[in-house]
Amino acid sequence: MHSTYSYPKFAYTPSEEQRTGTVKRHPVVVVGAGPVGMTAAIDLAQKGVPVVVLDDDDTVSIGSRAVCYAKRALEVWDRMGSAQKMIDKGVIWKIGKVFHGDSQVYQFDLLPEPDHKIPAFINLQQYYLEEYLITDAKKTERVDLRWKSRVLSVKQQDDHVVLQVETPDGVYALEADWVIACDGAKSSIRKMLDLEFVGEVFQDRFLIADVVMKADFPAERWFWFDPPFHQKQSTLLHMQADNVWRIDFQLGWGADPEEEKKPERVIPRLKAMLGEDTEFELEWVSVYTFQCRRLENFRKGRVFFAGDSAHQVSPFGARGANSGVPDADNLVWKLKLVMDGVAPDSLLDTYSDERVAAAKENLLNSTRSTDFITPKSEVSRTFRDAVLNLAGEQPFARSLVNSGRLSTPTTYVDSRLNTPDGDRFEGKMVPGAPATDAPVEAQGQAGWLMDKLGGGFVALYYAGGDAVPAEVAERLDGLAKGAVPFAWHAVTSRRREALPNELVDVNGRFEERYDATPGTLYLIRPDQHVAGRWRNFDADKLAGALNRAVGL
Amino acid sequence: MATLVTENRLANPDDFYEALIDTHRDLSAEQSNMVNAKLVLLLANHIGDMEVLKEALRIARKGV
Ligand SMILES: Cc1cc2nc3c(=O)[nH]c(=O)nc-3n(C[C@H](O)[C@H](O)[C@H](O)COP(=O)(O)OP(=O)(O)OC[C@H]3O[C@@H](n4cnc5c(N)ncnc54)[C@H](O)[C@@H]3O)c2cc1C
Repeated sequence: MHSTYSYPKFAYTPSEEQRTGTVKRHPVVVVGAGPVGMTAAIDLAQKGVPVVVLDDDDTVSIGSRAVCYAKRALEVWDRMGSAQKMIDKGVIWKIGKVFHGDSQVYQFDLLPEPDHKIPAFINLQQYYLEEYLITDAKKTERVDLRWKSRVLSVKQQDDHVVLQVETPDGVYALEADWVIACDGAKSSIRKMLDLEFVGEVFQDRFLIADVVMKADFPAERWFWFDPPFHQKQSTLLHMQADNVWRIDFQLGWGADPEEEKKPERVIPRLKAMLGEDTEFELEWVSVYTFQCRRLENFRKGRVFFAGDSAHQVSPFGARGANSGVPDADNLVWKLKLVMDGVAPDSLLDTYSDERVAAAKENLLNSTRSTDFITPKSEVSRTFRDAVLNLAGEQPFARSLVNSGRLSTPTTYVDSRLNTPDGDRFEGKMVPGAPATDAPVEAQGQAGWLMDKLGGGFVALYYAGGDAVPAEVAERLDGLAKGAVPFAWHAVTSRRREALPNELVDVNGRFEERYDATPGTLYLIRPDQHVAGRWRNFDADKLAGALNRAVGL
Repeated sequence: MATLVTENRLANPDDFYEALIDTHRDLSAEQSNMVNAKLVLLLANHIGDMEVLKEALRIARKGV
C-alpha cells in the first residue's frame, strides 16, 4: 500500500535504574505515550514536575485512528504551545453535510460565530499529532520517555505505587508517588487493578479506508445514509493532511472482516463512490467494531485513568481523544496542587467526579448516534428511515438526523468545585463551563483571551470604560499572592493607560460572551473552566470561591 | 405545565378514524409502518412538549 508517512522509530535506551539495579521513586509515572499520556506528561513537565512515560512500543499510532480534533482539545494543546503545528498541518473545517440517497438533507456549522482563535475542528492523522506531542515533550527536558517498556504489574502501597516494567533488557521495578494510566482501551492496568469496564458493544462493522487522491471535495464532513454507491448502509468522508481522505463504510454485523479488508473488495467499493476515473491509492484499510463503555471511577488510590483506558466511545462524534485530552487537562493542575501541599487529597476525587460526568455525556451522545446509524431493531430502523424521509422537506426532522453529534466540551454543572451564582447572569459562562474565547488587546498587542488565561487560576475584573477602582486593584493584588496564587486581569472596553494586566475587549465580545457589566468578576480555574462569578467585587467571596475550587 | 388531553377533542371522530385507515389503503405492512412512523414524528414535533409526549408514550405502551 501507498504511504505518505514514514513512522519514526524512537530509540530504546535502558534506564539508569535498570542498568544499575536500583529502585527509584518518581513523582509521576504516565503509562502510555498516546495522545492522552503525552498531553498529561507535557502539562506536568511545563508545571515543573518531572515525568516518566512508559510505552510498550517505539513509534506513534499505526494506521487509521483519530482524524478530527475539536476546539477544546486544540485549546488545551495551544496552552502547551503544541496546537499551531497541528493546525498548520491539518485541515480546518466546520461544515458538516448529511445526505440521504443522493440528496442533501441537512447541513450544520460547528462554529457559527466569529472571533475565536482556535477553529471548530481540524482533521489530522493521529500519527502526526502524536509525533508533534512527542517532540514537544522532549523540549521540556522533564519528560523521561521510555520506549519498549511494558508495565507488567502495578501494586498500590500506602504512599506510593510499585510498577514492574519489562524492557528488551528484562524486568525492573520502579516506584511512583502517582500513576496516570493512559494505556488505551485495552488497558492492562485496569485489569491489574481488577476494575470493571462496562457498557455496550455495537453489532456492526465499519470498513475504514485511508485513500490518497487529488479530489475536489470541500474540507467538510460528508455523511451519507443509504447512498446509491453503498445501498442500505452509511458512508463518511473526511479530508486529512497530505491529500489523504478517510472513508468509512458501514458493513453490517454479518461482514467478514478479513475478506472485507482485501483490496479486491475495497477498490470496487471506492470506485463506486468516487467514480471509475478517479485515481487513488490505498494508504490503509482496516475493519472496526465499536464499543461504548467506561470505568465506574477514574481514580483508584494513587492510580488515575485517563483517555480510552477510562472510557471508550464510538467514533461518530469524534469524542475519543477529544475527551481524553480534557481528562489530562482536568487532572494535571489538581495533582500539581496536591503535590505542592496547597490542596487536599480530596481534590483528586473531583477529577473522577467531573470527568465521569463528561464521560457520561460523551457516552450518551455516542450511543445515541450509534443507535441512529446502526438501528438495533426493525422498528428503530423504521423510525430512522422515517426521519430521513421527512428531513428533505420538513425542517423539524433535520434536527433528529444523528450522524454523530460532534465533540463539545462538558460543563461541570454539578461540580462541588463551583461556587453557585448568587447574582443574575445570562449566557453560557455558568460556573463549571469552559471559558470561551474573545479577541483582546494587551499593551497594544492584538491577542486572545484564551492565551491570557494560561494554566493557572485567573481572575478577570471587567471595568467597562473606567479604570479599576484603586481599592479593588489593591485587594486583588493582595489576594493574588495568597496560599492559592492567581493572576488577575482588568478587562476594559476601551484602551486606558495600558496597565500591564489590562486586556482591552476590542470588539465587545468579552462583554457579550461573559454577560459582563462594570464590576463583574470571574474566577477561572487552571483548566480554563469558570469557578465562580459575581456582579461586584467582594474579597471574601473571591477567597471563598478560590478555596472551594481547590477542595478546601 | 401542559398535560396530555385524553378527553375527545375531535369534532368528528369517525371522520378522523376513516381518514387514518384510508391513509393506509393498499399499503403493505412495511409501508404502513413507515407511514405510522412518519405520522408519530410529525405529531410529536407539533406537540413539542416532552412531558406530554412522555405521558403519551407511557399510555401507549401500557397493556401491550
Ligand atoms: C477508527 C477510529 C477513528 C477515531 N477517530 C477519532 C476522532 O476523529 N477524534 C477523536 O478524538 N478520537 C478518535 N478516535 C479515538 C482515538 O483514537 C482514541 O480516543 C485515542 O487514541 C485515545 O488516546 P489514549 O492516549 O487514551 O490511548 P491510546 O492512543 O490507545 O494509547 C495507549 C498507549 O499505551 C500503550 N500501552 C498499552 N498498554 C501498555 C502497557 N502495559 N505498558 C506500557 N504501555 C502500554 C500503547 O502502546 C499506546 O501507545 C478514533 C478511534 C478509531 C479506532
